[in-house]
Amino acid sequence: MLDNTFSEIVFWILATLSISSAILVIYLKSVFRSALMLLLSFVGVAGIFAMINAEFLAIVQVLIYGGGITVLIIFAIMMTQNVNQGNQGNHLQIIALFSTASILSILTYSIIQAQWDILPNDLPDPIVNVFINSPTYIGKLLLNEFVLAFEIAGIVLLAAIVGALSLVRDD
Amino acid sequence: MPDAYVVNWTAVALAFLVGLGAMAIMLLASILISPRRPSEKKGIAYESGILPTKLNWTQFNVRYYIFGILFLIFDVEAVFLFPWAVIFADSGIPAYVFYEMIIFIAVLLLGVLYAWRKGVLNWR
Repeated sequence: MLDNTFSEIVFWILATLSISSAILVIYLKSVFRSALMLLLSFVGVAGIFAMINAEFLAIVQVLIYGGGITVLIIFAIMMTQNVNQGNQGNHLQIIALFSTASILSILTYSIIQAQWDILPNDLPDPIVNVFINSPTYIGKLLLNEFVLAFEIAGIVLLAAIVGALSLVRDD
Repeated sequence: MPDAYVVNWTAVALAFLVGLGAMAIMLLASILISPRRPSEKKGIAYESGILPTKLNWTQFNVRYYIFGILFLIFDVEAVFLFPWAVIFADSGIPAYVFYEMIIFIAVLLLGVLYAWRKGVLNWR
């Protein structure tokens, strides 16, 4: 781990980056720029994952969210009609306010209530291994013990390809 | 002895800073070096062609989306490649781990072959 003050500085930089770009996603008029800001927010979250020793999760965040989801969103924007009208408002303000306020209060309550120092000092070996080097440990598990699940994931992805092709084939 | 964590992430931070610095230097150099004689004609998209119309946004063909989806699927495959790439050459890893990944990639290759045979990859 990094030493405390430095890691706190890095954390605040990353947190400010991801939250401010998330706010810009909503406030920017151009939908395309909103998508780019969303990418920035994802990268900031990936940095936070990397800080808490979740390297594999950080890689997944950059590859899937930063690479894949953002590309799909930008593709969807390119296919949108009347994209020049920009980020439009609607008449659901009160419902949106109610739902976001309730989500915020639930999250705040659970963050305050949660017992954060729950991990004991003498952790069992598997957990320590994940902390030290998560991609290596995940790789060993995935290709030895859970190899069936791994190959089935490949078949699920194949099914996704076939399904996507049959949806867009004729038009 | 510095922590392995610090060593690893210092490399990542250095790569990030070098990339950022290279970009800044290139942009700055082009600002400093390039001659600037602006005229109204140079601002047109095609200097000797059709005059551009007002709208600068056209709706893209839906057929592009299939390439986006195919890219996303192989992006997910790359996620599975990462933990495998870290371990498959380590000592104490049995040789069949390599072939497990070959099978995984072969299954996904079937999808590409299917797309190819269906003619989705051809532009009509």
